[in-house]
Parts: sequence; C-alpha cells; structure tokens
Amino acid sequence: MSVAAAEAAAGGTVGHEPVPPPRRRGGSGYLLLLPGMLWLVLFFLVPTIQLVATSLYDPSGSLDTGYAMTWSFPNYWHALTSFTAPFLRSLVYATVSTGLALLLAYPLAYAIAFKSGRWKNLMLVAVIAPFFTSFLVRTLAWKSILSDNGFVVHVLQALHILGPDGRLLATSVAVITGLTYNFLPFMVLPLYASLEKIDLRLIEASKDLYADGFTSFRKVTLPLSMPGLVAGTLLTFIPAAGDYINAELLGTPKQYMIGNVIDSLFLVQLDYPAAAACSVILMLAIVAMVLFYVRRAGTEELL
Amino acid sequence: MATRTTDESPQTTSREEAGADLTLTSVTKRFGTFTAVDDLDLVVEQGRFFALLGPSGCGKTTTLRMVAGLEEPTSGTITIAGQDISRLKPYKRPVNTVFQSYALFPHLDIFENVAFGLRRRGVKDVKKQVQDMLELVELGGFGKRRPPQLSGGQQQRVALARALINRPQVLLLDEPLGALDLKLRRQMQIELKRIQTEVGITFVHVTHDQEEAMTMADTIAVMNQGVIEQMGAPAELYDSPATTFVSNFLGQSNLVKAEVVGRDGDDVVVDVQGSRVAAPRSRARRTDGTVWVGVRPEKVFLAHRGSETSDGSNLLGGGTVSDVSFIGVSTQYLVRMPWDQELTVFEQNSGARESFTVGDTVDLHWIPAHTFLLDADQDAHAGDLSYAALAGGPQ
Repeated sequence: MSVAAAEAAAGGTVGHEPVPPPRRRGGSGYLLLLPGMLWLVLFFLVPTIQLVATSLYDPSGSLDTGYAMTWSFPNYWHALTSFTAPFLRSLVYATVSTGLALLLAYPLAYAIAFKSGRWKNLMLVAVIAPFFTSFLVRTLAWKSILSDNGFVVHVLQALHILGPDGRLLATSVAVITGLTYNFLPFMVLPLYASLEKIDLRLIEASKDLYADGFTSFRKVTLPLSMPGLVAGTLLTFIPAAGDYINAELLGTPKQYMIGNVIDSLFLVQLDYPAAAACSVILMLAIVAMVLFYVRRAGTEELL
Repeated sequence: MATRTTDESPQTTSREEAGADLTLTSVTKRFGTFTAVDDLDLVVEQGRFFALLGPSGCGKTTTLRMVAGLEEPTSGTITIAGQDISRLKPYKRPVNTVFQSYALFPHLDIFENVAFGLRRRGVKDVKKQVQDMLELVELGGFGKRRPPQLSGGQQQRVALARALINRPQVLLLDEPLGALDLKLRRQMQIELKRIQTEVGITFVHVTHDQEEAMTMADTIAVMNQGVIEQMGAPAELYDSPATTFVSNFLGQSNLVKAEVVGRDGDDVVVDVQGSRVAAPRSRARRTDGTVWVGVRPEKVFLAHRGSETSDGSNLLGGGTVSDVSFIGVSTQYLVRMPWDQELTVFEQNSGARESFTVGDTVDLHWIPAHTFLLDADQDAHAGDLSYAALAGGPQ
C-alpha cells in the first residue's frame, strides 16, 4: 500500500496529466476568429444557402423568365430518378479508387515512415511533386498512357489479359485509374503523418509480449495509424465522389459521374434547379456516409 | 575482461532452479566500428535481483536488449536454463521487459495493456490473472483507464504488471525508475524489491544510479566501455573495488599515489609522500611498484595537527582544510595535502566529533583495514562523473 498512499499524498506533483493553462476570457479570441468567420460566411454559408434555395426553385423557370421560389421539393425526386446511374457510379468509382489508393498508399507511407532512412525527404518530395503540374495536364498524360496504341495496352494484350480489341481508355478502368492516381497523395500524406508519429518502442514492447511481426502490425501499428487512415480515406473519397475531370477525359458519357451531370446541367442545359438539387443530394450523401464511417472507425475527434 | 560468477546463492535450493540461470558467453555487439559490448561473460543465477550498473554508453542497455532479443549479438551466445536463445525472435523468448519509457499502448486501456501478453499466447480467461496482477502493483481499480490518465509512477507499475503477468524466466528492467522524481523513486525501489521477493523471478535491472543498484540488487555488475569491471555483492564492491573506475563510480574515493615498500604480516606497506600506510593484502589489487592507495571519505577521521591517534592507524599529516560543506547528517571537508592534492573527508555530525574550519591544519587518519590498493596504471579519475563534467570531457 505504501507507494499508492505516498503517491496520493504527493498529489499532482507526480502526475503526467497536463494542467490546463488558465483560460483568459476576453474579446481578443473572437476578434482573431473574425476573418475566418467572415470568410466562411461569405464563401461557404451564403453560397450553400443560395444553392439550397436554387434547388427549390420552380423548374419551369429560365434565365429569361426568371426563377420563382416555389419550394419545389419534387426537384429532388426528379434529380434522383433521372440521374440514378451517375449517382451510383460516383459512389462506386469513389469507393473503389479510395480502396485502391489505400492499398497503394499504406505500404508506401509505411516505407517512408519506417524504412526510408536518409531517402525519407526525397520520397516525400516525390509524393508531392505531381502537384507542381496541373491536375488537367496529369490527367491528359494518363490519356496517352492508357491509349489504344500505348505501351500498357500492348503489354496487356500480349499477356492476353486484354483481348485483341480490348482497350483501357474510355472504360471504367481508366476513370478509376485516373481517380486513384490523382488522389493518391491525399491518402499517402495523412497516413505518413500518423505512422511517423508511432513510437517504435511500442512495436518493440509488443514483440517483447509475444506478438510476431504481423500481430504487432495488426494490434499496434494499424490501430495507432487509424487517424491517418480515416483522414486519408476521407480526403480521397470526398473529392473523388464529386470529380468530373477524370470521367470527362478518360471516360465516355457511359462513365459519367454525378459531377459531369451537374457540370452539364449548370453550364450546358442551364437547368439550375436540377443542378442545384443534384449538388445538394451529393453533399448530403457524402456527409451522411462520412459521419457513419467516422463513427464506425471510432475516430470522432477528427471531426 | 572475464568476470567471476558470484558465490553460492542462498535462493538456489534445487537443481532445477539452478538450471534456470541466464548465461552470456563471450557476447560481443558492434555497431559499425563501435564496440558496444566487448566479449562479455556473465552468469545470473535464477531468482537473483541482478543490477547492471554503469554510465550512459557503457553497453548495459545493449546487453539487456540482446537478452530481450531486440538486438542481435555480433558474436557469442545467450542461454536461459541451458537453452540457446541468442538468435530467437523476441516473441519466442521466455523474457519480458519493463521499458525505460514504459511503452504502454496508448490505444488500449490498462486492463488490455496488462492482458496483451496473455492474449497473444492464446490464454482464454485472462480476467482473474489481470486483476490479480493489478492488485499486486496496487492498481486494482484502474483497469478501465487509459495510460495517459495515469501518473508516472502508476504507468511504471502498469509496465511492470504487463511484463510480470507472463511469468517470464527473466524480467528485464531498463532504467525503470529513471522518469520518476526522487521521493517516488525511493518508494518504488522498495516496492520493486518486495515484488521480486514475492514472485521469485530473476530480475536483471539496468541503471546508471549506483544508489538504486545498491538498494535493490543482490549482485551488481559494474560496466564500463562494454566490459564488466567488477561483479559482486554491493558491500563487496563498495569496500573492495577492483578498479579506479569502480572506486569512483560506486560512491567516492580518495586515491593517492604510493610506492609499495614491503610487507607486514597480512598487510602491504606503501610509502605515501614519506608516510607509511598499510593495507590488507586481500584488498590489494597490486602488491608491487606504484599503486593508488584508496580510502572512502567517510572512513577517514580528521584530527588537529600533531594530536594523538590510535596505534596502527594510517596517518597522512599536514593537510589544510580548504572547504567545509555542512550537509546535515554529515560535514564534508576538502583537505589540501602538502603535495597539493585535495582529499575528501566526511565526518558524521554525531556531536562526538570535533568540527573544523577553513585554514585549520589537520591530520587524516583511518583504520588500515579500510584501505585498498589499485593499479596505478589506471586513470585516477575514471568513473568520476563530477570530475569529467568539470573537465568538460566525455563521461
């Protein structure tokens, strides 16, 4: 009993629990928040309200006749039924490419964090380097990589993985490849950040406690990298679900995702209420899925 | 440098127990060109509380990690109970470690931290065992807490419980009390000793704190630059150091250069700046030529110059008190000798001893039995950390 009693007597002096710094209540905190709040109101809150409002306008309106706010909820039903396929395609493509990005990024991030030695910075630069060229240019580059006369198609045909008339470009494979490629760094970086923070002595401790390499990974490394894994999958899934460039450049209308539909509704067909309804549906769907996912992963602190 | 094994252990009662010794045979570990552990031979008997003591960088932690399996020896073998474990993966060894930083799993609660080893070995019903173990370390009600919610001392005991629950044949402790404050460290020393006696498992404890090692261990091995300088019971090491390093690292020593001049019965007689000083032959590491005459500061008495001392005392005369520090239980004097060397004397403040002030001319005397002789080829300041710090040299 001696130690426990003594520690109790010693009180907080031995504790590692950080004492919260005394909070100063004052206006300066709010003042500092002001620019950010202003930014959010102007560029997020107002546009969002405008978007939701547009989605409820009378669908028979036009730029010439003007739009009337008729609280037209059937717009949503109309959007869902007319564009079911692109909606589903967006979710499937985004899910598959997020999964692929995770499979590629985890070993890469793990290698950078634990095995790269003096090559660490170079490898990190290599991950970020694609950002130095435009998203469009990189996606167009994939167009030539996957083209019918390209090296990749020839090799796959030679290996009889693709038929003699088989192609990659203008297929779902091409779109998913593009999505995976474009959002890969967003998966690698958060994963790297959380893997890199792991104290290697914890791995040693688990090995000391009868866990072999794989069990140590499953029971210590993986759980400790969950914050990075969740952040990475969100950063990949959310933009991938709303993307339209990859389907536009690497696919055909048969591969069009909801982003392409919204693009076309807004800019070509000028059907603003339908376009806004699609946008709101996509947004709500993503928020709902993210909430469910983060709850399941037990990483609420990320939100 | 090879070392002797310790004498018969009082705990060794049967053959099977004696068979569970931890043995290191000519173990060497090199990192590149740096030799961390150099041809080390060591036997730790089962049930012992064994301390590996040495300054940072002496190879003690590397030795421990080789036993744990976290480093692979460059050469040599490590056995437990006769089984060669030198190349076994850490998770296949019958040893567990209490890490310096505790290394508790932050994503698991205290219960699951302690249950970790049992679960990995497929033990089905861990509840009772974990709770018993938490009781043993006096953390009964803490199972549901997370490691960051505990104090340093509590985390330390969780780390101990997490290792002990696996009933290893050898428990390795890597500076387990290093992160605790002094008062708590003292209490944990006693606690660790109690737990060790209770569970009867061999503890190998790595520390740089000589007091900690002497408080807890039955046997101490003093390590320096990858080799064991001396090994034995704490009192034996303290009273009869084998090297200047041990004499300075374990407590303090006065070392004065002298020439051996002859024998007198069981004593070796040496000449110190014209004074005759005797030392028991059993404590003389060298019996001819130039030697260091050593005596612990608390063994030396101060007397006014020329005053009567008992017959047969070793006496060095003509010193001047150059510094007086009152410590409470004792007073620490620095005495400058005629040959311009400062010697240290601790006088107990028992009230029976005279006190001195700076400038007093004094004689130093002590019982010959408290004298030891060391090889003068060794550096008189080896292992003297305060000297190294003052000189700005590496420790």
